[in-house]
Amino acid sequence: MTDYRKPLPLPDQDSKPFWDRVREHNFSMQQCKDCGHFRFPPRIICPECSSFEYEWAPLSGRAQVFAHVTYHHIYGPMWAPDVPYNVSIIELQEGPKMFSNVIGCKPDEVYVGMPLELVYDDVTEEFTLPKFRPAAA
Amino acid sequence: MANLSGKYAIVGIGQTKKLGKVPEMSTMALHLECMKYALDDAGLKKEQIDGFVSNQPLSDPAHVYATQVAHYFGIHPRYCTDLAFGGATPILMVEHACMAIEAGLADYVMCVHARSQRTSAQFPKHGKLGGTEVDWTAPFGLVGAPAMHAFAARRHMHEFGTTSAQLAEVAVSTRYHASLNPTAEMRTPITVEDVLNSRWITEPLHLLDCCLNSDGGGAVIVTTAERAQSLPAQPIYILGFGSNTPHADFLEAPSHTTLGGAVSSKMAYQMAGLGPKDMQFAEIYDCFTITTMITLEDYGFCQKGEGGSFVQGGRIRLGGELPVNTHGGLLSQAHIEGELHILEAVQQLRHDITPAERQVPNATVGIVSGHGGNLHCHTSLILSNQRPS
Repeated sequence: MTDYRKPLPLPDQDSKPFWDRVREHNFSMQQCKDCGHFRFPPRIICPECSSFEYEWAPLSGRAQVFAHVTYHHIYGPMWAPDVPYNVSIIELQEGPKMFSNVIGCKPDEVYVGMPLELVYDDVTEEFTLPKFRPAAA
Repeated sequence: MANLSGKYAIVGIGQTKKLGKVPEMSTMALHLECMKYALDDAGLKKEQIDGFVSNQPLSDPAHVYATQVAHYFGIHPRYCTDLAFGGATPILMVEHACMAIEAGLADYVMCVHARSQRTSAQFPKHGKLGGTEVDWTAPFGLVGAPAMHAFAARRHMHEFGTTSAQLAEVAVSTRYHASLNPTAEMRTPITVEDVLNSRWITEPLHLLDCCLNSDGGGAVIVTTAERAQSLPAQPIYILGFGSNTPHADFLEAPSHTTLGGAVSSKMAYQMAGLGPKDMQFAEIYDCFTITTMITLEDYGFCQKGEGGSFVQGGRIRLGGELPVNTHGGLLSQAHIEGELHILEAVQQLRHDITPAERQVPNATVGIVSGHGGNLHCHTSLILSNQRPS
């Protein structure tokens, strides 16, 4: 684990609560207490109703592929063993989208609309990355 | 809004003699060189330039870069700033020049963008400009500009059935134009098969769907249409402009296949009192083939989703219905973030193109686009050699 060479997040005041929860295997996003809107990435204000009031609400982890790409070009030696690998825009059941990887299948098996479920990838002691795999039937 | 259409003009342009790979020149040197040519082209003295706008370059990130470039040249402007709107910045600089003159803050505004992007790795600088979204992308291996555009391509394919072969048409046509441009880096004509057989970078984008990485620079000088009459260069009038940013990154984008160009072009058309059918050519930002296709749709040259068939059949080639990227664009000439798209439009409208086969015959009006960031910055500019009465 200590030789993990890929980029890691640099959490700030806004994003630290997200990463801290994911490390505890608690996949939560900010939900507005006034209008109920889920937002991501984290920030202090609701982009829908301008409320400052929110809570970190656990998400189901159910999602689908909104758009997917496959990396063939190697942008750095740390990704050389991974190509070809998938990166997708993941549309979460609760509404927000996030970037992540679809794992557990080949990149060319991924399709728009593919049902997904969350998996936690504990890449270091400090960080866990939320990733996704094809949902069990 | 005050209608500024035709009130301002581009009266000087300059482009670095070398484009592409220029390892012997610093980012600063590239700025200073093209500024000198723009000044000479306009027949102005540097003391007359009282407005200055630059685009903070990734290859030399420095605090308030504009002041450094201006003063190094010996320009001591009243109005001076950097703008940051990615590849949409060159047009935004022209827009700000008009605004500054309109507000009485300056009379002659130099707008410059240069970059040493190809060479920058050899001469690392202290600072680093990055995006705020990197925490949400890089840990997942989402790095490099192609991927965000590959997402857009994927959605365009999913929503409209667009094919890789249709995207390739943009690269092929652009390369044909570059083959006629001695300043272009990539001048060997290519076929659709060449594009499809080039390696994947970030699927669904092939290598030849992606633009170049270049060193070079360009500058334009803007003043009033009135003052332009007494200057040596043929004035190219600014008929309309607009800018738009519909989202921050792709996560909250209202659409991934309709971008800011849909709004910015409407603003520009409205200001100019013109529409897409009036445009005789279009210099459309082409960091990737998908960018050009989406922008052609957003600009109303065809319906949303029909970009794939629109770019086929030679329609966007010289001699076609709408010649697009007559200089070879970012895909085949050089990537100076759209600055050279403006310069090409000005030269087309001056009927100053050599060889003549690259000239759009009798061109009087054309549109230029700028596009930047994670597909979230867009600008539009309509230029003409006819002064509106």
